[in-house]
Amino acid sequence: MRYLPHTDEDISAMLKVVGVGSLEELFSTVPEDCRKKEPLNLPEPLTEWELDRHMASFAATMATMPEYKVFVGAGSYEHFVPSSVLSLLGRSEFVTSYTPYQPEVSQGTLQGIFEYQTLICRLLGMEVANASMYDGASALAEALLMAARITKRKKVAISHLIHPHYREVVKTYLWPTGYEVIELTYLGNGRTDLSALDGMTDLAAIAIQSPNFFGCIEDLAALRQKASGQGAMSIVSFTEALAYGLLRNPGSYGVDIVCGEGQSLGIPQSFGGPSLGIFASRMKYVRNMPGRLVGKTVDQAGRRGFVLTLATREQHIRRERATSNICTNQGLCALGAAMYMASLGKNGIRELAKLNYDKAQYLKGRLEVAGFKIRFEGPTFNEFVVELPNTFEHTYRRLLDQKIVAGLPLASYYPELNSCYLMVVTETKTKEDIDTLVKGIGS
Amino acid sequence: MTETLGTTSLVLNEPLLWEKGGKGRCGFSMPRRDVESSPMNGGLVGPVPDFPELSEVDVVRHYTRLSQWNYGVDTGMYPLGSCTMKYNPKVNEKYASLPGFGGAHPLLPPSMVQGALKLMYDLERFLSEITGMDATTLQPAAGAQGELTGTMLIYAFLRSKGEHRSKFLIPDTAHGTNPASVSLCDFHPIPVKSNKDGILSPGAVAEAMDEDVAGILITNPNTLGLFEENIREISEIVHGKGGLVYCDGANMNAVMGIVEMGKIGVDVMHLNLHKTFSTPHGGGGPGSGPVCVKKHLEPFMPVPRVIREEGSYRLSSDYPHSIGRVHGFYGNFGVMVKAYSYILSMGPANLKKASQLAVLNANYIKESLKTVFTLPYDRPCMHECVFSDKRQNVHKITTLDMAKRLIDCGFHPPTIYFPLVIPGAIMVEPTETESKETLDEFIETCKSIVHEARENPDLLHEAPKNAKVRRLDEVTAARQPCLID
Repeated sequence: MRYLPHTDEDISAMLKVVGVGSLEELFSTVPEDCRKKEPLNLPEPLTEWELDRHMASFAATMATMPEYKVFVGAGSYEHFVPSSVLSLLGRSEFVTSYTPYQPEVSQGTLQGIFEYQTLICRLLGMEVANASMYDGASALAEALLMAARITKRKKVAISHLIHPHYREVVKTYLWPTGYEVIELTYLGNGRTDLSALDGMTDLAAIAIQSPNFFGCIEDLAALRQKASGQGAMSIVSFTEALAYGLLRNPGSYGVDIVCGEGQSLGIPQSFGGPSLGIFASRMKYVRNMPGRLVGKTVDQAGRRGFVLTLATREQHIRRERATSNICTNQGLCALGAAMYMASLGKNGIRELAKLNYDKAQYLKGRLEVAGFKIRFEGPTFNEFVVELPNTFEHTYRRLLDQKIVAGLPLASYYPELNSCYLMVVTETKTKEDIDTLVKGIGS
Repeated sequence: MTETLGTTSLVLNEPLLWEKGGKGRCGFSMPRRDVESSPMNGGLVGPVPDFPELSEVDVVRHYTRLSQWNYGVDTGMYPLGSCTMKYNPKVNEKYASLPGFGGAHPLLPPSMVQGALKLMYDLERFLSEITGMDATTLQPAAGAQGELTGTMLIYAFLRSKGEHRSKFLIPDTAHGTNPASVSLCDFHPIPVKSNKDGILSPGAVAEAMDEDVAGILITNPNTLGLFEENIREISEIVHGKGGLVYCDGANMNAVMGIVEMGKIGVDVMHLNLHKTFSTPHGGGGPGSGPVCVKKHLEPFMPVPRVIREEGSYRLSSDYPHSIGRVHGFYGNFGVMVKAYSYILSMGPANLKKASQLAVLNANYIKESLKTVFTLPYDRPCMHECVFSDKRQNVHKITTLDMAKRLIDCGFHPPTIYFPLVIPGAIMVEPTETESKETLDEFIETCKSIVHEARENPDLLHEAPKNAKVRRLDEVTAARQPCLID
């Protein structure tokens, strides 16, 4: 086996040094009644060339671009990723290194993550960002736990327009803590109804997503006002990070924690993971934040260098009193996001974000002209909800045969939105693709 | 020593991203604008993020230079104990980025994603077979999330029986994530001391175990690299009082095909695909922390689960007792592809062989270095061995000094100062993918460093000198944190 370098001679020489007669004898401390008696029941090994064919046959069953035109977003977005980013991210010094606990031989990762933290803060208007969480969902759950720690309160309010999966993860994480989770309903304009918060007491946090699950841009000023009026922390979640290339950032509204999904920033969709949990906050809360942080310092010769810092918050030091149990994070994805943001730069990010907005607006307009109703009138970024006739289910399936996925049916997530579809348009779709979609929906 | 593996070569300085570039540059091929610009409510629009302005070449040089300041498994031996830094096969990377996988949207109808679902379904079964457990979920994104999930399964199981226990037993050799994970489930961790042989004694567990204890979180092999020989008896004690046994499987690389965790009293365990199953660590992640359970915990596993019906696969959330989701979608699928590829490349016999060779390598290092380092537990080890710096302390040389000197000599240092039960711990896990020549070179290097500790201690105090930077001021970094530019 090509991954195992030992020759028979090596093995006998080494066994001799160890003082045992066989490989089996190395396991003398494993009691007889703990031993596995029969061989593992697994497929026999494949050569590299057999495995190539096997994996290709699996991958071939998957519906992906450019063959398929997928107009589904809902937390996973199809964006172009420059070859330069993919190539740089494949460098084995980044890929095959460990967490940078030995900073002298990890300066590449450390500077890269420091730059990532800085770029995220500039994107979101925040003061501090960590080195990543698992995904947008767990980032939100951790944000709520952090708010409960800081405020010492045990009740949180989250919008019904936060991604349904994120809300499920929040409920899982908070279940054993006994914290109460209140869901805020939504208004006819596709925004969260914050009025239910009036008179509510003892809230640790109020969390909304913007753009929300329906694609609508929320009123972050109102969120911030409601939260601070009640001594609760304001949390903004997001699934489409690119939106903040165009929209006014959450930090500028004064919110306390911004957390979300960074997959749009140059990370392949990869069937939902690995992606990138982004987590940013205010400097005054830094010692309560979960996750790793990279800080700037100097070496013995006075040269600039970077280290993991404020580790006393973390599990390997603080153990059961840590701010989170997270250890391994999504570091390589964070580095990829930094490469992507650096490639776009200030000249590219606005133009790309605006292009997403314009293409989605174009689809909206075309659907309206074709007589379909845009369900919510609130402003959106690159995703929105359209209401289609009851008979559309058949058309949807017919379009699948034509390799077009005409949005995500919302009925299973929001039963009241039966016959509503969540549509996304990113820069990967041409005007022609959009026209074909509209024609297909209308036929 | 005449010449070490470590040397210096030309490494280039590189400023921060925004300290370079030029006005108007962009490193991205902007897609064609084929629709009109649409007006937007001005109140919603923000200022342009203050990103750098770089050409593609600027970006490529930047990250290429940064990468050269890193040490990876592809660079050399990375004997980090408890981390299993084995070789990460290149072919795995290729498969994870096949367009069919890399470009797959997670919310398409099942008929359009059969390959991904089948891969997950098969991988779950492979991992159940390797651990001897009954069912596996791939959803946790890393080991610590696996621990949280597994602990929560225990919490849910006990709740379903109307029990609400408040404590969890954690051996003193545990990973830091263990107490942090059980705390998230509102359990209070109760430390249990290991005995003079470095393992848990049934007596110590029996003493701590009562009807308010939900379970024990036992790492096996433990972080001293020792097999918990009393695991069966300990399981009986814990089960006898209605508790459950959680095994942290971070060290599974020692016992594939050798120990069947499901048969020795373990109720639930997690694996680290980024350790045992050869997927890379990526400078900190992404990993993947599947959780394997026995039948009685299966109803509580996270949803959605992949099921097979009449030869095709789909996702089902129809499990009323499930703890719910722990990930936005299905976990780190790209990592799963790599682990699946590894298992199929290895096959059953080579997986067992890998464990045998990992244990051989660790014992070889233990025997070869116990003459120069203190070996607190001188007994056969599994995949890693733990020394201490006691003998070097007389020369005012610490583990840290030796670790930094190893860098100069061309090796990544072992895990240091962990496990906490050994002061000045040096925890070496060579893994099976290091050859005898490499181990010999490592051993010789350690011996010569020990010699230097006596003869020329300043060489160690001042190390590293060959790396991109010298030792860094971590105290100031923490006291006056500068976390963004």
